[in-house]
Amino acid sequence: MEPMEKNRDFYEKLEKKGVSRRDFMKYCSFLTATMGLSASYVPKVAEVFAAPKQRPPVVWLHFGECTGCTEGVLRSMYPWIDELVLDILDITYHETIMAAAGHQAEENLHNAVKNHAGKFICVVEGSIPTKYEQYGMIGGRSFLEIARDVCPRAAATICIGTCSAFGGIPAASPNPGGYKGIGDALGIKTLNLPGCPTNPVNLVGTVVNYLLMGKLPALDNLGRPLFAYGKTIHDQCPRRSHFENEEFVEEFGSEEAKLGYCLYKVGCKGPETYNNCAVAKFHGGTSWPIQAGHPCMGCSEPNFWDTMTPFYEEM
Amino acid sequence: MGKRIIVDPITRIEGHLRIEVEVSKGKVKNAWSSGQMFRGIETILKGRDPRDAHHFVQRSCGVCTYVHALASVRAVEAAAGVTIPPNARLIRNLLHAAQFQHDHIVHFYHLHALDWVDIVSALKADPKKTATLSENVSNAPWGGSAYYKEVQQRLQTFVDSGQLGPFNNAYWGHPAYKLPPEANLMASAHYIEALRLQAKSAKMHAIFGGKNPHLQSLVVGGITSVRDLNPDRIFQFLHIWKETQKFIEDVYIPDLLAVASFYKEWGAIGGTGNFLAYGDWPSGEKEPDTFMIPRGRVMNRDLTKVLDVDQEKITEDVQHGWYAEGDPKHPFSGVTDPMTEGIKYEPGDKSRFLFWKTETGKYSWIKAPRYESEAYEVGPLARVLVAYAKGNKAVQDVVNSTLKKLDIPADALFSTLGRTAARGLESVLIGGVMDDWVMELVENIRNGDTATYQPWEMPDEGMGYGLNDVPRGALGHWIEIKDKKIKNYQYVVPSTWNLGPRR
Repeated sequence: MEPMEKNRDFYEKLEKKGVSRRDFMKYCSFLTATMGLSASYVPKVAEVFAAPKQRPPVVWLHFGECTGCTEGVLRSMYPWIDELVLDILDITYHETIMAAAGHQAEENLHNAVKNHAGKFICVVEGSIPTKYEQYGMIGGRSFLEIARDVCPRAAATICIGTCSAFGGIPAASPNPGGYKGIGDALGIKTLNLPGCPTNPVNLVGTVVNYLLMGKLPALDNLGRPLFAYGKTIHDQCPRRSHFENEEFVEEFGSEEAKLGYCLYKVGCKGPETYNNCAVAKFHGGTSWPIQAGHPCMGCSEPNFWDTMTPFYEEM
Repeated sequence: MGKRIIVDPITRIEGHLRIEVEVSKGKVKNAWSSGQMFRGIETILKGRDPRDAHHFVQRSCGVCTYVHALASVRAVEAAAGVTIPPNARLIRNLLHAAQFQHDHIVHFYHLHALDWVDIVSALKADPKKTATLSENVSNAPWGGSAYYKEVQQRLQTFVDSGQLGPFNNAYWGHPAYKLPPEANLMASAHYIEALRLQAKSAKMHAIFGGKNPHLQSLVVGGITSVRDLNPDRIFQFLHIWKETQKFIEDVYIPDLLAVASFYKEWGAIGGTGNFLAYGDWPSGEKEPDTFMIPRGRVMNRDLTKVLDVDQEKITEDVQHGWYAEGDPKHPFSGVTDPMTEGIKYEPGDKSRFLFWKTETGKYSWIKAPRYESEAYEVGPLARVLVAYAKGNKAVQDVVNSTLKKLDIPADALFSTLGRTAARGLESVLIGGVMDDWVMELVENIRNGDTATYQPWEMPDEGMGYGLNDVPRGALGHWIEIKDKKIKNYQYVVPSTWNLGPRR
């Protein structure tokens, strides 16, 4: 099939699903911009979504986590989650959505890792108890054992959420289980998409980048893609002018809160937090914490449960 | 000795659960339910600022987001003697009810349905007949043979690719799947539609909570999303609410009844005896008196009387949990002291016929909650039964008409079928009152009341608890404050009631 024809087909399919070509291209432009690519990439991004022949295999592991990052991805609105699952990716193992359980589930994991060795993307949600391995077990194997078995055989390991990236909440002081992020626990390099939970746009952006360029996006020294984590919340905050003008909220519910003043004095951690929440927002641009009048809690920074608390005290 | 079956991991849940059963002559003779992960959030909370607790505990579960945060701010407000303004109560109620709508839909379609719906069998369906079936039993806004043909084609392409993804290696084709191909195709189509609906539905949380999961607009004293109390946002909320509620009424409930009619034997399987509900949705300052869903207990399936709930009678036991030995304790004096060595999985002596030993040792990270030493089921069925037994007319009407429609006896309520039905029925009732709360909120704002926060002072010392009823069941958080810091924090969550070990 000619590319043009293939595309027409694709847009027809989209329109049947109630998505106009214009909306779709708008989304691709948004994603292309989020990834920091030039506008010439927009049609290529669109191509990635045009149902590849061989869907890239994904093994999604759950360790010490709350499934919030999975839930975040389920809220993906473009592409919709059913497109990610049925048309774009081959999610071979994912405990929250898979039909199989018990030994059939174990078998799926085993086969995926064996059959796609060196080719699958491993997405990890949750951290790993390293001091007391028995604090986290699946099918009789510890999280650590599973991670040691699976991650090194992946084409790339993507850590979704602050837990898998940096340890997250189970690693908060006094870290009862000796929990660590995947990179630390295994001594490997991982691509980190921290957040509590991660904005699905940043996972989709990373995966599209991978499918498009055949490689992972540029990262900072903490393994975070620069397209998403290159600037602080503070530098992108729509309330920034209030900070400069020293217009602060000092009590929730106050007149200043109603006026949308800066939340710095009620504990906002935006100046020390690298993420794109202010620009990407959540749920198709519906809102984000500061828009909801709540200080940023620094949830994509390493050890934020310790370094950013008390949350409601000025930094 | 019966046959031993181990299912680990249990999938389509949040967390890590192992179930082991001993089956003899087709019946479960013995069972062990084992939580397989310990993170230690209760320990991590010690010594921290009580205002921060709700952010920590919300990370207990990302599927059941919001609910732990709500229980936590309620507990701290109780300890500090804070009464929140009516608008804060209404917004919290709306977010809480939106969580029920969302969570029950996801539970039915995405977590549970694959146990009833054979997706592969849907490929054999006649799209025309499916369209007729759908018209007869459902009020879904999509349908027609062209629609079902396209869904089927999409599934066919998916299956033909040989990459079955999350649908690989399941029991497709097993005789325990009872739906005819056409019903399977209809349900599969709705599985996909529900995936999109739930993404839209979660926007309600984003509007007043900044994002979902893990909302960020609750604070001890009220809510922060004061700038979202404008007509534009409220209308947007109402719009999504309506789409979600229509889905529940026009798609979810008809699907539930259609599926249930093929699985009536499950009306005699999976029942328990005791039911506990804390109730929720206050319409005033007095709790639980003003709750929409009432608080109460039903014992031994006796619906002629509803017993009261006194939180002082709740204890947690660690005899079979991987914790340091101790007596059953009320959460205010609760201890979370995990073992650090000798953690062995001991679900009962497998060679007991040789040695006549039936001893079960420690086998779970879940503690065993009890009310006056009795185990209780919590969740949709508990809430519906308590409300039914209390004479709540709306609940009695939907329950009785459902029993009639399915032509099953009242006894069938105490079962997997009853539990699944209760989840759907309460979605209709809880979602159905949300527009009234929105209007109440609008009325307040129209009258110039935009208060969403009550200023307060942290006490040096204090104790408080927050009891919610959340999608999975009765949830309680207990906090003790000393020197303005958390001295002890314990929570007893629905899944510990439902999945905790023996004692």
